[in-house]
Amino acid sequence: MTGPTAVESVTASFARMEAVRAGADGLNCVLWSDRERAPLAGYPVAVKDNIATLDLPTTCGSRILEGYVSPYEATVVSRLRAAGSVVLCKTNCDEFAMGSSNENSAYGPVRNPIDPCRVPGGSSGGSAAAVAAGIVRIALGSETGGSVRQPAAFCGVVGVKPTYGRVSRFGLVAFASSLDQVGVLGRTVDDAALGMEVIAGRDPYDSTSADRPVPRYRDAASQPMRGLTIGRPAEYFPPSLDRRVAALCDRALDALRSQGAQVRDISLPHTDLAIPVYYIIAPAEASSNLARFDGVRYGLRVTGDDGLRAMYERTRSRGFGPEVTRRVLLGTYVLSAGYYDAYYKKAQEVRACITEDFRSAFASGIDVIFTPTTPSPAFELGAKSDPYEMYLNDIFTCTGNLAGVPGISVPIGRVDGLPIGGQLITRHFDEAGMFAAAYALERALGDEAHR
Amino acid sequence: MAVTRDDVAHIAGLARLAISDERMTELVGQLNAILAHMEVLRQVDTRHVEMTAQDGSQRLPMRPDAGPPIAMHRALDEIAPDMRDGFFLVPRLATHEDVSDAS
Repeated sequence: MTGPTAVESVTASFARMEAVRAGADGLNCVLWSDRERAPLAGYPVAVKDNIATLDLPTTCGSRILEGYVSPYEATVVSRLRAAGSVVLCKTNCDEFAMGSSNENSAYGPVRNPIDPCRVPGGSSGGSAAAVAAGIVRIALGSETGGSVRQPAAFCGVVGVKPTYGRVSRFGLVAFASSLDQVGVLGRTVDDAALGMEVIAGRDPYDSTSADRPVPRYRDAASQPMRGLTIGRPAEYFPPSLDRRVAALCDRALDALRSQGAQVRDISLPHTDLAIPVYYIIAPAEASSNLARFDGVRYGLRVTGDDGLRAMYERTRSRGFGPEVTRRVLLGTYVLSAGYYDAYYKKAQEVRACITEDFRSAFASGIDVIFTPTTPSPAFELGAKSDPYEMYLNDIFTCTGNLAGVPGISVPIGRVDGLPIGGQLITRHFDEAGMFAAAYALERALGDEAHR
Repeated sequence: MAVTRDDVAHIAGLARLAISDERMTELVGQLNAILAHMEVLRQVDTRHVEMTAQDGSQRLPMRPDAGPPIAMHRALDEIAPDMRDGFFLVPRLATHEDVSDAS
């Protein structure tokens, strides 16, 4: 594959910056000076390339949508713009958000700004890298199994996956509809809280968006931790966990104690079943959602002289990369006659057990659950070639998607100079409590979070 | 429960994917390796699980089967591969599977 030359890339970047500057100059000056109405004035944002924008292509990192420009705009993008922001760029991602390293993009991998030999995580790797590199303070990503929190951890930034239903998905290209949510990546907890405040809330264009009021999440900044109980689930700290990661988690828990919180050991007993459950449910839903890419209404079409069915097959085989093909096949298989009960129905039942784990932990008096975001720091490009080994990256994050609870990854220190993230999980729709704990952790760790 | 080449060919057909012979061998191996990790779910006793039991937060609300109009900033024929008079054009159906299977 031959990409653009260096000169072409730089010229295109500068042209885009000029266009953004022209847009910003044209904004209403009153809007720019009104912090309440335009809290994002002065914040250019980056948007993951599976979220629909009007003046930039939306490719989902796939050949099948190469050059596709959406005729409508995602609600989250409209809300960012209404809050005074401008979309600086779209960010590379794993194809259709399927991946944990950003190596599955048809347009090439993203590199980790902390160490360019390593992956930024995925699938929102471009958004995490853009924030880590200081290009933007806020970026949108999307989550199905950890695609915001895991790259946030790998790049040393903050990443939020809100409650299922908290944020509109209108204009987010669907991967697995019972799991997908739009998330926010930020330099700091405050940036992430601000971004989430702007995009959260009911949207008449998405009937799965919840009709609940959105608190001012930035008010959580000053909330004390005194009286709060943090749960430390044993299953997220197995004996095999890298001792250096475990030590940073212990330090983070001490930091939360120093802010007045209590820490209690808990158990989420179905945790080790989450990856098998996730990799049945997510591909099953993907196989259905991706049926729309058939060369008829938009995107790539590869024709021959042998009729409709051959056009479908040629278009999809040429348009989808290896991981998407694998997951569509896996999903089709687990939904097919004779295998549905053994795989898909069983996975749904075990998913209910995972949800119940969280419900009973919170019912026992736990306010916030703390875990490592990932078992290890960012790995080198090309280091993981076995698909299932790659899937294990999501082991501590996909439980939150299966249960629908909100989670945030916050930097808690470094191992060999590479960032490690700590994850805070709360009850459904308690993003305010999640942000309060994240602010407290960030405050208590100070500069140690990046050492 | 191992998948065979025939199984993968069958599901590839259902998913409208054309898989080359060379790719098929690799995919059969990969899918079997992934599915082997799913076997652990069989040992989980889920007889007590009621699939209707929800905590209420994820309940899907009913709504009228109509929504607000979507602002379209671009005509469909700007994004469609082939369009005429407001219709999407597709290759002829004469070689559709039903016909070819019957022959």
